[in-house]
Amino acid sequence: MAGFTTFRGKVAGMDRVNVDTDQIIPKQFLKRTEKTGFGQYLFYDWRFQVDGTPNPDFELNRPENTGAEILVANENFGCGSSREHAPWALLDYGIKIVIAPSFADIFHQNCLKNGMLPVVLKDEEVRYLLEKAKDEKYELTVSLEDKSVKDSEGFQAEFPLSSYWQTMLVNGWDEIELTLQLENRILAYEESLT
Amino acid sequence: MAKTIIDKLWDKHIVHREEGKPDLLYIDLHLVHEVTSPQAFSGLKMKNRKVRRPDRTFATVDHNVPTVNRFNITDPVAQNQMETLRNNCKEFGITLADINSPEQGIVHVIGPELGLTQPGMTIVCGDSHTSTHGAFGSLAFGIGTSEVEHTLATQTLWQSKPKSLKVQIDGKLGKGVLAKDVILYVLSKYGVNFGTGYIIEYCGDVIENMTMEERMTVCNMSIEGGARAGLVAPDDTTIEYLRGRKYVPAGQEFEELAEQWKALASDEGATYDKEIYIQASEIAPMVSWGTNPSQTAPVTGRVPFLDECESENEKRSVASALKYMDFTEGQRIADIKIQKVFIGSCTNSRLEDLRLAAEIAKGRKVHPDVEAIVVPGSQNVKVLAEAEGLDKIFLDAGFEWRESGCSMCLSMNADIVPAGEHCASTSNRNFEGRQGAGARTHLVSPAMAAAAAVNGCFVDVRTMESAEAVH
Repeated sequence: MAGFTTFRGKVAGMDRVNVDTDQIIPKQFLKRTEKTGFGQYLFYDWRFQVDGTPNPDFELNRPENTGAEILVANENFGCGSSREHAPWALLDYGIKIVIAPSFADIFHQNCLKNGMLPVVLKDEEVRYLLEKAKDEKYELTVSLEDKSVKDSEGFQAEFPLSSYWQTMLVNGWDEIELTLQLENRILAYEESLT
Repeated sequence: MAKTIIDKLWDKHIVHREEGKPDLLYIDLHLVHEVTSPQAFSGLKMKNRKVRRPDRTFATVDHNVPTVNRFNITDPVAQNQMETLRNNCKEFGITLADINSPEQGIVHVIGPELGLTQPGMTIVCGDSHTSTHGAFGSLAFGIGTSEVEHTLATQTLWQSKPKSLKVQIDGKLGKGVLAKDVILYVLSKYGVNFGTGYIIEYCGDVIENMTMEERMTVCNMSIEGGARAGLVAPDDTTIEYLRGRKYVPAGQEFEELAEQWKALASDEGATYDKEIYIQASEIAPMVSWGTNPSQTAPVTGRVPFLDECESENEKRSVASALKYMDFTEGQRIADIKIQKVFIGSCTNSRLEDLRLAAEIAKGRKVHPDVEAIVVPGSQNVKVLAEAEGLDKIFLDAGFEWRESGCSMCLSMNADIVPAGEHCASTSNRNFEGRQGAGARTHLVSPAMAAAAAVNGCFVDVRTMESAEAVH
């Protein structure tokens, strides 16, 4: 994956709590053996009506949210199943960053491993962004360097991110490659087991 | 300093520790299934990497398998996914309990029953219900496919140590109140993210008196409270369960291991980041009414009124659940009509679960408006259940007796609940669409599911005649 330091993109809001990964990508679409092509099924049961036409009430189908690359969500986003198909579907659809007051642990990890940034902001900051996201032209700039989210109207918020993941994301490093450099440590551990 | 079992397990597995990084943990056992592994194997192949320890990796097919005729896979995409796992296991030298194996079954059922799961281990699987294995005093957690690939390649994972949470349940459960009711009660009281960022240790009289099957049911649903792992300290119950299992050493070696396992228990005076105390007497048979596992009430209760919600977020969540489930505020649980019953899943498909359900089904008939299926967790469970005639009891009562797999827990195979129908299910998630688009899931214990099957609605299992035999 490619590294990045700042990202500027259009914002969509999804003011729902406990959005589980079964909603993000329903189980009938988990049978592919590739990482790509899941975007068309993102939020399938919410996004499409029974006859397959787009549900006009669904957040991402609203005209003002077309082309959004940053999703502002509510608490406990990504709970439930460990399926990494959830971040794959979001990425494939075009979402690069999700902002929420809290994320489920496994989803949070799965995002980072795919170079997708889960941004944790305070409740009131997320509330503000959910309001602002209703504006079609609203954009945010997310910086990995100073771990901040800014808009052009003076909003600024900082988010927590370990220095480990900050470095990994900025450089777009392959975690397995880094671990394999510790081969002698792994061998030593294995020898200590016997 | 006094250590918790969580500290002990963590410290024992650190391969590498460095300031500013998560810990690199060694993984003792990696369980693999067909749905979350293909992309991980592709990743390995692309980089020309090997599986570091095929001997610590074990695979099965469970999510996709048909439960009527297991050899007649009509879905070509599912077939391809299973075939891909078969080829990957062959290429990388991994043992596979394939569709025709007597050891095939739900990954979280076969790990323990084969004795692959052992106390003191770190266990991962690309499935969030890996927390099940914590019942044995192992550190077991679900991972995504990137971490599956990382484990295959390195037999390690980078992990930041979660906080510790003690959930102590004291007293004695009433008759007909089962392990499933215990964990549903915990979720109903503390919500779907009380465990986010934590590893749970379950303890107290109730947990100590539980069988391994019951402990697995409790640990299984830790993730529904947000905790990636939930565990129970190993004791004599754990040791006796494991004695003689296929992958567990025998003889003197076992006795020595058993001593080491018992020493894993949290030290006297060890402290936790958070503690929760519950009395068994608070717990009744539970039924979920909403679209997340915390939206659960006692069978004698009712769905909430919106006015009772404590926050705006909760109010919206409840309103959305009531709409999806087609309930009115304050409706009684006992008035919910049931069209489907599913007894199975990694939560409740072990021999003991089937016995509990059979106890209620025995001599009764499935309600004419209900279709009920029983899906044993593994081929081993199926054989043992048939040996004691449980299949006959279910079939006589009008239940279907199926082959092993994940089945209607997530309906990736043909076992789907039609839109609008209500299903009493012994599984772990009642999310929208989980059992089929528009399907309405109610999470219950095996006894409560069987009771719903024969009554066509939810009935308090404590009031039914054979309730004496339950528990």
